[in-house]
Amino acid sequence: MHLPLITLVALPFAGSLIAALLPTNARNAESTLAGVIALLCAVQVALLFPDIAAGQVIRQDIPWLPSLGLNFVLRMDGFAWMFSMLVLGIGALVVLYARYYMSPADPVPRFFAFLLAFMGAMSGVVLSGNLFQMVLFWELTSLFSFLLIGYWHHRKDARRGARMALTVTGAGGLCLVAGVVLLGHIAGSYDLDVVLAAGDAVRAHPLYRPMLVLVLLGAFTKSAQFPFQFWLPNAMAAPTPVSAYLHSATMVKAGVFLLARLWPVLAGTDEWFWLVTGAGLATLLVGGFAAIFQNDLKGLLAYSTISHLGLITTLLGLNSPLAAVAAVFHILNHATFKASLFMAVGVIDHETGTRDIRRLSGLARYMPVTATLATVAAAAMAGVPLLNGFISKEMFFSEAVFLAASPGIDRALPVVAVVAGMFSVAYSLRFTVEVFLGRDKCGALPRQPHEPPRWMRAPISVLVLACLVVGTLPQWSIQRILETAARPVVGVLPDFDLAVWHGFNLPLWMSLLSLVGGIALFFALRSPMRRGHLAKAPLIGRINGKRVFRSLLARLTLAGRHTRRLFGTRRLQMQLMLLVLVTLVAAAVPLRRLGSEALLAGGDRAMLEFSPMFALMWLVGAGAAIGAVWQAKYHRLTALALMSVAGLVTVITFAWFSAPDLALTQLSVEAVTTVLIMLGLRWLPKRLEDVGRSQPLRVRARARVRRGRDLSIALCAGAGLALLSWAMMTRSFPQSISPFFLERALPEGGGRNVVNVMLVDFRGFDTLGEITVLGVVALTVYALLRRFRPAPESAGLPPQQQALPADLVTDLVDPYSDEDPARGYLMVPAVLIRLVLPLAAMIAVYLFMRGHNEPGGGFVAGLVLSTAFIVQYVVSGTQWVEAHMDLRPQRWIAFGLLTATATGLGSFALGYPFLTTHTAHVSLPLIGDLHVASALFYDIGVFLLVVGATLLILTALGHQSVRGRRVRDNEEDERKEGAH
Amino acid sequence: MSPLLFSAIVFAIGCYITAMALALLRLVRGPSAQDRVLAMDLICTIAMLILMVLAIRYRSAMYFEAALLISIFGFVSSAAMAKFLLRGEVIE
Repeated sequence: MHLPLITLVALPFAGSLIAALLPTNARNAESTLAGVIALLCAVQVALLFPDIAAGQVIRQDIPWLPSLGLNFVLRMDGFAWMFSMLVLGIGALVVLYARYYMSPADPVPRFFAFLLAFMGAMSGVVLSGNLFQMVLFWELTSLFSFLLIGYWHHRKDARRGARMALTVTGAGGLCLVAGVVLLGHIAGSYDLDVVLAAGDAVRAHPLYRPMLVLVLLGAFTKSAQFPFQFWLPNAMAAPTPVSAYLHSATMVKAGVFLLARLWPVLAGTDEWFWLVTGAGLATLLVGGFAAIFQNDLKGLLAYSTISHLGLITTLLGLNSPLAAVAAVFHILNHATFKASLFMAVGVIDHETGTRDIRRLSGLARYMPVTATLATVAAAAMAGVPLLNGFISKEMFFSEAVFLAASPGIDRALPVVAVVAGMFSVAYSLRFTVEVFLGRDKCGALPRQPHEPPRWMRAPISVLVLACLVVGTLPQWSIQRILETAARPVVGVLPDFDLAVWHGFNLPLWMSLLSLVGGIALFFALRSPMRRGHLAKAPLIGRINGKRVFRSLLARLTLAGRHTRRLFGTRRLQMQLMLLVLVTLVAAAVPLRRLGSEALLAGGDRAMLEFSPMFALMWLVGAGAAIGAVWQAKYHRLTALALMSVAGLVTVITFAWFSAPDLALTQLSVEAVTTVLIMLGLRWLPKRLEDVGRSQPLRVRARARVRRGRDLSIALCAGAGLALLSWAMMTRSFPQSISPFFLERALPEGGGRNVVNVMLVDFRGFDTLGEITVLGVVALTVYALLRRFRPAPESAGLPPQQQALPADLVTDLVDPYSDEDPARGYLMVPAVLIRLVLPLAAMIAVYLFMRGHNEPGGGFVAGLVLSTAFIVQYVVSGTQWVEAHMDLRPQRWIAFGLLTATATGLGSFALGYPFLTTHTAHVSLPLIGDLHVASALFYDIGVFLLVVGATLLILTALGHQSVRGRRVRDNEEDERKEGAH
Repeated sequence: MSPLLFSAIVFAIGCYITAMALALLRLVRGPSAQDRVLAMDLICTIAMLILMVLAIRYRSAMYFEAALLISIFGFVSSAAMAKFLLRGEVIE
């Protein structure tokens, strides 16, 4: 039975979620879960082989945004099959290995959750049939690699290595996004099948070069190609199973996977040859050379991985089908021997406590089996005959010899190939001879070495066995798989023969030469290195990629800071001015083109009759507004009063022009705003009126200029807005959407109040977003104010409270010292205001119930009720209110949001889209005919949330006074104690 | 609508708006903060009355509700301002 392809991606992610929820010490449960998932998927993939080998491409389209032509496409051809096998098969082995590697003290749920999620992401990259989808999974692999490298986040090197890896591969990923956008644009589709078929058109396109560079940047950063190779050695701070899995077998292969995947589309041009081969050769040499001089075993393997990735890249860059086949083959071979080597290093590290080559020697005595396995794997890495590395390296040598490229390259390539071969022989020898053979120095090690548990060794044995089988019986074991995997890459398979013995030809002599040369190099370097020389690689050891990266990053940060200082400001006045200015300019440019006469002339709409009363009322309103601005600097309370007058005039205007709905909303918002600003006034710095006169003339003149500038900007902006409003209101809009809503509100929304029907029905989804934002804002204000400390000059008691000496005999009762906190100031208004609460609640219910058909609704009702609560706070004080009522605004917010969302989801249950309204008419005794729409429940959510948010914001400010008093009392107590 | 009622409405609104302008003058000139708060409270009352007259003019009960809300909210604003003047903070 074949499961659909999606299980290969979804199952690891689902497993990751489960793994994250298991208890911390459930090592066995975790590894069993991960292992079963990896094995199940691997077996699935293996079962697909007959179909795939027959040339079939399995495709699964899952509609996602069909209206935009975006589907979730999974696609498996031979190449993707091979990579899936690598990802899942080695994944299963790594899980088994990790079970024994991770110490009981490590929090394993995190490890296995990340590992499984990475597996899913990698499966996604490999199986994606859409370029964008592939990039998405690509970024996910970077992310999980970051999390896995930083798994031991208490270690500095882990944190730094993780950050560096994420920065480099993430930046490359961004380049890749741009490249993919270009590629999709050129090919006309993001579907992989379409893109793969559009090779000729892509190569001939003028955008080919920029696209190629961007895609290559993505691939090279991921596969640690020169000059981005430096992140990989620093990623070795990861736990060894992670290094074995991500940083040798799978994730770093994603880069070469992309190169091979797009080989039919991008390869075949000179640009491709120079860029890809150039980077590949440089990486091959630099990595191999640096690997020889590493003293950390994992560092050695990391550089060797870089070098082998360089080899694969070089092969892909040669524009020859046979070389591409060799590249695919080497991907497979490298994954097997390198993963086993990493695991062997992990074993050594685990059993001896160190990975330093200089401290290790003669380990073969203590762990003969591991030593044998590691030696065989290292021999495969060096390209020793009868092992798999030999065959792919042989293919590389013959390509290097027989390639017909430009004359210089013709001669250089074989030499470079042999030199790189020598390097790999040298570092492989260093790995085996220095560590396993030689004198017994194990007494000085942190732990007495011995063989690891049998099951920890099992994954290594499996991989090494694969190396041996492929190396000795290539035709029997791997030929068919390789043909299947390489066919989608090269299109028409070239003739190739995977025999071990080809006779005495030039590649064989090159192999022998590199073997002999490598052995000679190893022995030549052995004694100086033992004496402690050459701790760093000569020539390139000084160039420290890490340091360059850090200084680049530091410079980038510095440049960012400079730019911010240059162009940014923290002063609110300045920011506001810039905001207004930009808006002004943005509006003025199109208006200029239009000509201001056209605006001033007004439109064709019939005007109302002039009413002198209305004009007079507006004069009052305008006078109040100007007065508010005039008084704002020194008389804040007056300015506030004037502002509410201007607001009132607006309310009357709305009512005058028959928009009672707006009038109601404006009115309630006005009241809440007044209270809010007054709450803030308490904490603003006090008036400093006399400062101006004592300033020198220059300062005063500058202030005058500044004010003049601000005034002119304000006048321009105000005049512009007035002009625009004038132009808007004198025209009629035949294409306006208003008629649509007016016509449909009653038949489709079931309400006569169009505004309310729009809010809760037609635009219900917008409203849901808005109330969510409102709730978030309220919670943020609350969270910010909880830790707010007022400025010292406004932290003391307000002057009104200081004016009364503490021992003054007065008929005013201080609520803080009285036993009954209900007695206090404003005792008569307090009685009245307590009576207002039930009245206001009734009005709120009335406005709410009527909302669907006539002015009102959840928003206004919520404001009315919350204002009634706030006024209780005002007259009775925080203590009294909170002792008598358990308000808990956060719960109001939560229930409001839940109610609204649940109502919206309810329509899902009935098979309708989100937020579909259902209307019903019910006849009840006594009450009569009742109109019930499901939007009513939605409106209840809005109502609850508005009450909660308003209360939370206002009381959060109000609580500052309570806290300030507590702080002052504490200080006073301390002072008294100090005096005693 | 009878001409008498119409002219009565116009006259009433004219009076109210004149009163509003005068109250605004008091609000701007002060001199004491209490004067200003009182002026604002007066303007709220006038606004409520204007809405009631508009209700007669447009023959709609909806304006009465707006008037009701103004009377509640106007009271809240005045109470808050009074508290602010008395104690220097609105909620304590």
